[in-house]
Order: sequence, then C-alpha cells, then structure tokens
Amino acid sequence: MYDYRAGIRDWMGAGLPTEGSNARHPRLADLARADVPTCSLDERLGDVSDRVRAAGWDACVVVSRDRVVLGLLRARELGADPDLPAERAMRPGPSTYRPSVSAARMREIMADRHLDSSPVTTSDGKLVGLVRKQDVDLAGS
Amino acid sequence: MAREVDRAGVRRLMEQGAQVIDVLPAREYGEDHLPGAVNLPLRKIEADALGALDPDRPIVVYCADYA
Repeated sequence: MYDYRAGIRDWMGAGLPTEGSNARHPRLADLARADVPTCSLDERLGDVSDRVRAAGWDACVVVSRDRVVLGLLRARELGADPDLPAERAMRPGPSTYRPSVSAARMREIMADRHLDSSPVTTSDGKLVGLVRKQDVDLAGS
Repeated sequence: MAREVDRAGVRRLMEQGAQVIDVLPAREYGEDHLPGAVNLPLRKIEADALGALDPDRPIVVYCADYA
C-alpha cells in the first residue's frame, strides 16, 4: 500500500486532471496561456521587448533555468531603458496562482487587485502559463 | 505499513493499474477526486476495504494534504 501524503491539493496544484462536479467548471489550468514569452534575468530588455512584440504579446515572465517564476515584465516595464537587464526592470515576485483556482474565483481576484494578467504556477513555483483577464472574463460569460 | 509516494510515483502506479482510494468525506470526493479514484471515507474504510479492493493490485491512498 502507498500513501500519497501530499494529497489531492498537490495533484490539483500541479494542474493535473481530476474528476467530480468541479471538473466541469473552467480552471486556470484550462485558461493559462503556456505560450507566454519568457526570459532570463540577464537578458537585455530591448532584445526581450522585440521578441515579445514579434510574438504578439505585451507581457513576459522572467524565469529561472528550471522555469521558476522570478518576475514579470508588463508593457510598462518592457518600455523601460532597452539596455537594462530584465532583472532591473521586472516586477519581482509577482503574485502567482495555482492551476486549480476556478475561473470564477480568479475573476474576483483580478477585479479586486486590478490585474490584467497573472502567472499561473505549480505548487513548487514553476510556470504553467499566463492567465489574462479577457480569457477569465470569457470563461465566465 | 504504507510507503510514502510522491505525485510522479502516483502517476506511475496509476499507469500500472493501481487502485486509488480517496479517504475524504463523500461530499469532497464528489467535488474533486483523482481520475478513477474510489471513495472510502476514513470512518468506513475498515468495514468496506476488504470487499472493495483487489489484493493483487497496488493500492494508493490519499486525502487532502499533510494536515
């Protein structure tokens, strides 16, 4: 017999599928955009900004080598001095949300905190994707 | 004696046909449970387990978390 001590919270925190009545409602695991651009701390902001715009985005997540979220560059930060390293321009330690959070709950959070986008991470901080307000709003309409 | 297993281990065991047991109350099980898990709430597990489980397949037991 095996004991999965970390339990269902760990399972859901990793964005793995579940069954049950809640599984019918959209969660951040369904809405997070995994194709959000990422960069490292030492990348030149101008290079990051060019790459992000070319990909059709206005945000970039700064991650470590193992994809742990370190910071966030939104449009304002991406427009800063292009010679700065990403580390100097980013918003460090952004609030992150687990893939198991429901779209309905995230809609409340984003409204309360005036967020346009937020990183979604596993319980060990690794990037799953970026959830955007428009996607959360659409999921609830 | 149960051996502790992590998430990756649970996924491997599930691929091998393990029986996954959710010991949370039925209401919580109804809301969310691991794929294919059966519900044996702790208060009933001793009475129900023998009849419900296949002794030839691995068994994984979980609840909400460490608490």
